[in-house]
Amino acid sequence: MNRNSMRPKFFTTFFGLLMLFPFFWMISSSLKNSVEAFATPPTLFPKSPTLENYRKVFELLDMPRLFLNSIAVSATIVLIQIINSALAGYAFARLQFRGKNAIFLIYLATMMIPFQVIIVPLFIEMRQLGFVDSYLGLGLPMIASAFGVFLMRQAMLAIPRELEEAAILDGASHFRLFRSVALPLCIPTIAALTILSFMSVWNAYLWPLLIIFSPEKMTLPLALANLHGENLTDWPMVMAATTLAVLPIAIIYLILQRQIAQSFLTAGIKG
Amino acid sequence: MIKNKHGRTATLFIAPSLIPLVLFIILPMFAAAVLSFSSWDLLSPPRWIGLANFQELIHNKDFYNALKNTLIFIAGYLPLVYILGLSAALALNRKFKGSSALRAAYFLPVITSWVIVALLWQWILNPQGGLVNSALATIGINGPGWWTSTSWSMISVIIPSAWKDLGFVMLILLAGLQSIPPEYKEAASIDGANKRQILFRITLPLLTPASFFVLVISLINNFQVFDQIWVMTRGGPEGSTSVIVQQIVKNSFDYGRMGYASAMSMVLFLIILLITGIQIRLQKRWVNYE
Repeated sequence: MNRNSMRPKFFTTFFGLLMLFPFFWMISSSLKNSVEAFATPPTLFPKSPTLENYRKVFELLDMPRLFLNSIAVSATIVLIQIINSALAGYAFARLQFRGKNAIFLIYLATMMIPFQVIIVPLFIEMRQLGFVDSYLGLGLPMIASAFGVFLMRQAMLAIPRELEEAAILDGASHFRLFRSVALPLCIPTIAALTILSFMSVWNAYLWPLLIIFSPEKMTLPLALANLHGENLTDWPMVMAATTLAVLPIAIIYLILQRQIAQSFLTAGIKG
Repeated sequence: MIKNKHGRTATLFIAPSLIPLVLFIILPMFAAAVLSFSSWDLLSPPRWIGLANFQELIHNKDFYNALKNTLIFIAGYLPLVYILGLSAALALNRKFKGSSALRAAYFLPVITSWVIVALLWQWILNPQGGLVNSALATIGINGPGWWTSTSWSMISVIIPSAWKDLGFVMLILLAGLQSIPPEYKEAASIDGANKRQILFRITLPLLTPASFFVLVISLINNFQVFDQIWVMTRGGPEGSTSVIVQQIVKNSFDYGRMGYASAMSMVLFLIILLITGIQIRLQKRWVNYE
């Protein structure tokens, strides 16, 4: 190994560590007492680590409840989204029906509409329906994804027709073809779509902020953001809360690292 | 004309996604367009006022300020995230011990929620006792007020944004780099090209499709910038980080001006549509698809 090839590696590693440093700082701050956390010069590691901040978080927030809310909301929305994306994707890839191209254009058009543009009428609509401050109001705008339909259609178009022909000769219905041929062959795409939409729902902030008010219905990002409004100065406690919120996601990420990066690429290239 | 062979089955397959899309995306989109020509406070019935909302927008200082801030945000964020993402991609475009762990390190902020990223950086950039100012104080420098100061607040929201998205830019550019056939570089280096020449004459030109994708996505996403700014500064201090979406939220949910806020939404929509249009045009001219 010559010096020339060592140097860039050193820099990349250095910047890689620099990228992680805010996370390290978050954990370190969360373990400091309120005097040390604000000290000059700052200490890298807590001198006398304390779990006091975590105790305060659990006192202030119903963390298990928030996690359960976020998990339930995300999982339900993603599950519905995957099922209806796969169904529509199959229809566009395999079925012949009147208005197919026109309807597909409607899907593509919705991909051009930024969510931020429709929040006002969408909120009014939910208000008319009586869905404000409910999970129906939160979830309904997210249960269908034109992008998901597009992705599933691409995946199903790539399935060789020969695989279905035998089943068609046996007189299988399209529902059976969908369930026992198309769906199993699209698992990689379904996995990518699951990861992407789970993360976008899990991290969603603007729409939950507008539609959910009751603390017991809040999702994790919503409750965390409120934390800082009420306790502007208690940063070590806020860092304890964000550490708790990041940890599960970081662990899942470390396990599914390759798949997660791959699904972002799938979205980037096909989307 | 396409045969309607599977009409009934198709209806069952398509309805579960088409109905919610029409009800909760397309219908609100049309409603936003109509509302932008009306005045409505949700209490009394909406009134048609023609172009009045748009006329107000043109002369409104807050909206002009938000538009300007959104552009400043993008002008600061985009070069930063692109140059850092490109450097990371170039550095990690080969396998060495620990290279996949490093990629993971760069990507971790991408999957972290905006709220967490914003809180974390707000603490790091806290004027009193935050990491940066404490470190500066140690060497005798009196740090700025960061997100509490009108002149530093924009920088304070740009830095976390670039930090969060860098890994995504890196990932897209890495995929672009890996699609460049190695023969090109080999041929150039046999012809006596140095590393710098290979980078600027071969690698970067062949990377334009990926760079173009990054540009399109970044512009579209960041004209809608909201989460990190709402958490960190609420658009303040004194409107110094006020952006378009924040103005939409403020006017509709704080002031109850649904029509006026919808007019802003339509302007935002047209801007994004325009960028997409221009970029589709320009794409043919300066993007190198091998």
